[in-house]
Amino acid sequence: MASINLLIAVCLTYVAFLFLVAFAAERAAARGRGNWLRSPLVYTLSLSIYCTAWTFYGAVGYAARSGMEFITIYLGPSLVMIGWWWFLRKLVRVGRTQRVTSVADLISSRYGKSNVLAIVVTIMAVIGVTPYIALQLQSVTLSLSIFSDPTGTTDGGINLVSAGFWVALGLALFTVLFGTRNLNVNERHNGIVIAIAVEAVVKLVALLAVGIFVVWGVAGGISEMMVRIDNSDIGQWQVDGSRWTALTVLSGAAFLCLPRMFQVLVVENDDERHLHIASWAFPIYLMMMSLFVVPIAVVGLDLLPENSNPDLFVLTVPLSQGQGGLAILSFLGGFSSATSMVIVATLALSTMVSNHVVMPIWLSFQGQGATVSGDVRNVVIFARRVSILVIIALGYLYYRVSGGSGALAAIGLISFIGVAQFLPAMIGGIFWRGATRVGALTGLLVGFAIWIYTSLLPSFGADVVLSSTLLEQGPFGIEWLRPQALFGIKGIDPTVHAVLWSLLLNTSGFIFGSLVSFPKPLERLQGAQFVNVFANSGHAYGWSGSAAQSEDLMVMAQRILGGAEAQKLFRREAQIQGHDRYLPEPTPDFLQRVEREMSASVGAATAHAMISQLVGGASVSVQDLMAVADESAQMLEYSNQLEAKSSELLDAARQLRDVNAKLTQISVQKDAFLSQISHELRTPMTSIRSFSEILRDGHELKASEQTKYASIIHVEAIRLTRLLDDLLDLSVLENGQVSLNTETGSLADVIGHAVTTTQAGAIKQIKIDVSGLDTSIELDTDLDRLAQVFINLISNAQKYCKSSEPKLLIKATKTDNEVCIFLTDNGLPIPVETHALIFEKFSRINDQDGSGAGLGLTICREIMIRLGGEIDYVPASTGNRFVLRLPA
Amino acid sequence: MKKRVLLVEDEPNIIEAITFLLSREGWHVDTQTDGATAVKRVRELQPDLLMLDHMLPGKSGLDILIELRSDDQFLALPILMLTARGQMRDRAEAEAAGVSRFMTKPFSNTEVLAAVRDLTRN
Repeated sequence: MASINLLIAVCLTYVAFLFLVAFAAERAAARGRGNWLRSPLVYTLSLSIYCTAWTFYGAVGYAARSGMEFITIYLGPSLVMIGWWWFLRKLVRVGRTQRVTSVADLISSRYGKSNVLAIVVTIMAVIGVTPYIALQLQSVTLSLSIFSDPTGTTDGGINLVSAGFWVALGLALFTVLFGTRNLNVNERHNGIVIAIAVEAVVKLVALLAVGIFVVWGVAGGISEMMVRIDNSDIGQWQVDGSRWTALTVLSGAAFLCLPRMFQVLVVENDDERHLHIASWAFPIYLMMMSLFVVPIAVVGLDLLPENSNPDLFVLTVPLSQGQGGLAILSFLGGFSSATSMVIVATLALSTMVSNHVVMPIWLSFQGQGATVSGDVRNVVIFARRVSILVIIALGYLYYRVSGGSGALAAIGLISFIGVAQFLPAMIGGIFWRGATRVGALTGLLVGFAIWIYTSLLPSFGADVVLSSTLLEQGPFGIEWLRPQALFGIKGIDPTVHAVLWSLLLNTSGFIFGSLVSFPKPLERLQGAQFVNVFANSGHAYGWSGSAAQSEDLMVMAQRILGGAEAQKLFRREAQIQGHDRYLPEPTPDFLQRVEREMSASVGAATAHAMISQLVGGASVSVQDLMAVADESAQMLEYSNQLEAKSSELLDAARQLRDVNAKLTQISVQKDAFLSQISHELRTPMTSIRSFSEILRDGHELKASEQTKYASIIHVEAIRLTRLLDDLLDLSVLENGQVSLNTETGSLADVIGHAVTTTQAGAIKQIKIDVSGLDTSIELDTDLDRLAQVFINLISNAQKYCKSSEPKLLIKATKTDNEVCIFLTDNGLPIPVETHALIFEKFSRINDQDGSGAGLGLTICREIMIRLGGEIDYVPASTGNRFVLRLPA
Repeated sequence: MKKRVLLVEDEPNIIEAITFLLSREGWHVDTQTDGATAVKRVRELQPDLLMLDHMLPGKSGLDILIELRSDDQFLALPILMLTARGQMRDRAEAEAAGVSRFMTKPFSNTEVLAAVRDLTRN
């Protein structure tokens, strides 16, 4: 029997050895001889912190209680590793390119560097992991107690409480020493990683040694062992499919989401290729860890008394066989499992707490984050150290309060379900660009609330937090709200129940929240960066050309990165930019680089906030928005809109041009009109005035001369009157003030009247052919106005038809609802370009002798409109044709 | 020998009135209604005075004026323009082109005769 004193001595030696290893590794890394520290093997071994004391001791207990089901705990991570290229590779790439420091940082960074999200995730992680840390402390003290009471039936004689305290303190010291040496996570924790790699070897060796002893030393060989297993209860356990599925999914999720796993998987990852090797090496490690679980459990159940704690078979079986040395090795394996987990878990949690809780609060108290006095580094390191102590203290407190209740595996599972709530936001974050901050927050909070209600609180047992009445009848007697039978789903395993509801509602909340909310530009940008990490690796959003002063930037960077590191960074950048000065220009690229460097120390959200303070205001530039807008569909839509807009603009421009051209034309016409009207009025007036003066001045005129001149005056006066009549007529017609005198009459009569009127006293005669006129056509219209139209058209033909034998052919046809009248002359067709102007005022298209006022056709058109008909000009093959249409 | 005036005008009644007035003053009046051939007619007749309407079929009075003034032979020819278009621009253009006198219709007989006498004093 190994004495407690010996055990403690071995323990202390082992711890001293770990310190030494860690220290040596740190030194080697500092001297640049640490390449071997970053081998795929070390990476794979560091992943073994997945195997905590829960796995080391608990798996056997689990097997003794529930048979083969413990396999699921190994199956989940193995599947994740084997399928690494699907999710893990992307996660690691995102983590590396975005300099992610923790799960909280990943989620916050993805959803627009949201501090709220970071804080929520941090709090959830602390709540979820604290029981797990307590579990490790419990396992260490429990295993210590075994050596004073080998049956494991009582807590033993040594002061377990103080043992737990010293273990906690030792772990805290180790973590502080090796976890907070370097602030920049980029430099990584060589000492810690190598220490946990050593511990990984120790725990594997220990478990294999116990297993080999059990199979060959106790059972007497493999075949005898198989017989024993067949005879034991373990072979008889029913396999519960839903529980197997749920547990496999759960352990896979936890493997990705546990802060400590994220730390070693992503943050401490040095080379993506290591993942490739770990993808098969780590499952082999897990397989070896699980190889002897069943034999140890079976032998333990056979050899040890009925009430022995199966969680401690790994220790108690060798002890019961008098194998003190093996027991000590086994103890060291358990101790390794517990310590490595606590160290990395607290390290990861402290990073989250200091970066996402302490630093933002501190910064907000400081006001101007970049210009405060003092070294931010010191604050961060101090915050991180305090966080480590507080988290371990919390674990110790939980252990003391819970009093070591519950099987190890149960506590582990509860922790798993808690951290698994990060999964939807993580997977959605790197695969779905539509995922938003609101969605992530909704999912996380819903999932976490359900976890607390259905899993964490009931785990304390009835009447501790939740009353037994509430557990059995639901709050306020509402049965469907019972913590372990939500929505009336009864009779399923509590673990499956909690996994099902928490993840289902979490995912639903996440998707729903993402769909109904609209992401901010930075979220969209980060979303694009994360989802398309393989496409545009290494390019986070860019800072816009900014007002940031290099000096300020330097001051801030020195505080975060440390003087030497910051100066190196700035000097290098200045050289890249190609000037001798020490300070580079604060280009967007450089700002981005500084932010990334800083985010490795203080987290993306904080670094972003600090740079924002310097750059001032706008955190997203047009360039950033353009990067967001690269979403092809959006671009397409946008460009379509632009196209539509520009064609609209073109259209409008063309319309404007048309209108302008028309206005110009009208303006020209107006000028012409004024000249014209002046000419039309002044010409007859000239004759009138001149001849009236001649008559007045009484030149000795012959009587015939007197008569002639008087009649000229008379004719010109009439001409003047007619012109004024036309103008007034047109004005009335155009203003729509005309009153129609509707009568029924024969079209032939109307045309006949017009012909008579125009031919009488006309200087130039035209031959008018009305033989094609249907004399039976009767019209119900203003006959005088219609006659006016014909008079105008006929006199136009008289005046302008330049044919040697001027002819005008008038025809009419009648259909059911329309009378069509055609007037066709044999003159020269008017030029095509003036067709559109023909009915405009004073257009005088063909008026070469200036005798017309240019109002006739305008009046015709106005009259036809008033009569409900229309008039068109049609160039005929032999001349000009006007077509008049009237309702029949 | 009678002095010759060429009257380029398309309105018959105005031709009649001016012919009546100038004949009584001892002028030999030639008339021309078409603008297009007016310059040619001036060259043939070599009149002592040209009376020019502004708005003419074929060629405007202004164009006739410009064409005549571009020929040294007609630099000194007195040209009296009569227009029925009441536009200030017409006067400015005609004066720029070298019109001797610009009058607006309807005119007073006395004024026209005074202008003719004035233009042909020498």
